[in-house]
Amino acid sequence: MTMPALLTVAHLTLYDARRRKILTAAAICGALFLALFWTVSFFVARDLRLNPQPFVQRQITLVILSVFGLYAANFLSVLLASLLPVDALSGEIDSGVMQTLASKPVRRSEIVLGKWLGFGAVTVVYFLALATGVLAATRFIAGYQQLNIGIAIPLMVLELVVMHTISIAGGTRLGTVTNGIMTLGLYGAAFIGGWVEQLGTLGGVYALRLVGIVVSLFSPADTMWRLAAYYLQPDIVRSLGNAGPFAGGSVPSTAMVWWTLAFTALTLAFGIASFRRRQL
Amino acid sequence: MTQRVIDARGLRKTFGQTLAVDDLSLTVDAGEIFGFLGPNGAGKTTSIKMMLALVTPDEGEAEVLGAPLGSREARARVGFLPEHCRFHDSLTAREMVRFHGRLHGMRGEALERRIDQLLTRVDMLDAADRPLRGYSKGMLQRAGLAQALVNDPRLVFLDEPTSGLDPLGRLLVRDILRELRSNGVSVFLNSHLLGEVETTCDRVAFVKQGRVVHQLTLGAAPSSFEVEIRAVPIDPSVIEGLARFGTVVGRPGEHRLLLRVAGDAVLPDVSRWLVERGVQLFEIRGRRKSLEEWFVDVMGDDQRPG
Repeated sequence: MTMPALLTVAHLTLYDARRRKILTAAAICGALFLALFWTVSFFVARDLRLNPQPFVQRQITLVILSVFGLYAANFLSVLLASLLPVDALSGEIDSGVMQTLASKPVRRSEIVLGKWLGFGAVTVVYFLALATGVLAATRFIAGYQQLNIGIAIPLMVLELVVMHTISIAGGTRLGTVTNGIMTLGLYGAAFIGGWVEQLGTLGGVYALRLVGIVVSLFSPADTMWRLAAYYLQPDIVRSLGNAGPFAGGSVPSTAMVWWTLAFTALTLAFGIASFRRRQL
Repeated sequence: MTQRVIDARGLRKTFGQTLAVDDLSLTVDAGEIFGFLGPNGAGKTTSIKMMLALVTPDEGEAEVLGAPLGSREARARVGFLPEHCRFHDSLTAREMVRFHGRLHGMRGEALERRIDQLLTRVDMLDAADRPLRGYSKGMLQRAGLAQALVNDPRLVFLDEPTSGLDPLGRLLVRDILRELRSNGVSVFLNSHLLGEVETTCDRVAFVKQGRVVHQLTLGAAPSSFEVEIRAVPIDPSVIEGLARFGTVVGRPGEHRLLLRVAGDAVLPDVSRWLVERGVQLFEIRGRRKSLEEWFVDVMGDDQRPG
């Protein structure tokens, strides 16, 4: 594999992506979200200043604000990670763009990896920008220093990488719309699986918990958010124990991180193998 | 010894139950412009795609520029303009050609010079910095031709390169093809425009239902010259006697006969022979059979729509 060809494809992907409407739409949504979050943070901080609360209760309010902000940033980024590359391969195969590209002295694997790298970079930069905006608001407006950012942010990045890898791999076989439905469907299944696992844990229903875990194995993206959420919250907030996206009732094990990495690698390998066999 | 740039033997491709290409065997020599002709759905585009490793053949083998199908080494010396030339339409023509040049490992000043040279040659320099999404089909094809030539290829596959071009654009492409030939570059040309193929190609292959059914060297085809004779009488002995000059291929009327000969050099001999035999010769006219007539003859009536 030659690096220049792979990087040229990645560069082309980045270059093309930045002029796409979906990226513009995502940027506008992200800016609106940050404006809203900063406004909310301002009013929360003002309220806490005007109506002083006990330290623990104040911290709980700020943690919820911060985790909610990161959850929203993560969710917007998941949508971008899933939808931005959804027609990366299928669309170019259908339109014929791929014929010109693949007739060059470039390996099919370099095309897939180049696109993976290009779209991955866009998604990660987008998420980091949103997360920075959220953390800046909680730090400088509300005066709260978020815990365990060094662990939680990489976990959320891994979630995005899983989703954009699924989207790219699906595009080697599926049409654009089918791929979009499949990718978001997998994310939805993971999300619901997470809730089912939480409910099973809180209610002590082993079967429900097992169902959630099995779903997580087939679609591990949401477990990374749940693990990140666990690290983002201090014990006192975790102990509130509600089911939901911020819940700490059932914490995915660190083995899930290794499985998610392996799942990503396997999905990418499948995408490469599938694209190699694809008739263009 | 003539160097072969394409040597395909028994290539076959099916898509599900549909047979796209069946036992495709052909050769193309260095510096040759080779026309690949056939009706819609005959398997021409699939054949090109197999030679570019975009589609994997089910059977058969081939070498392109001396290397097996799909070899990166061969693809580095090949150019390709697809039939429906689509590129990332947010790019300008200059950016598009630059990216394709980079995929060939080209960089820096040499690449920029080559881009300017090619965009000038295809008459696209004025529009070079506008996004492709605003281009007409003809402009896209000219920009596509520039990308196909960016790596200074030794073999160029062109799939219907002039279908969206106006007459001046076609002349431009014709001139470029001749320049390529004079530089020893081989061209594999798919085109429905038979007049254009006739004026540019050295040799053509007719493909029907995925199989090459006839090949012809244009200009030098020993059987492409026909003589129409109007004389009285045209009886069996005359027909038998004329067979020494060529092949009697038709009787358009009682006093008319079509004779296929090697070239116009035999016309005086045919005239002399008829007069010496006491045949009254009213008219003798030679003409080269057009590629369109060849096409219709080779394809047969079953390929005619309607």
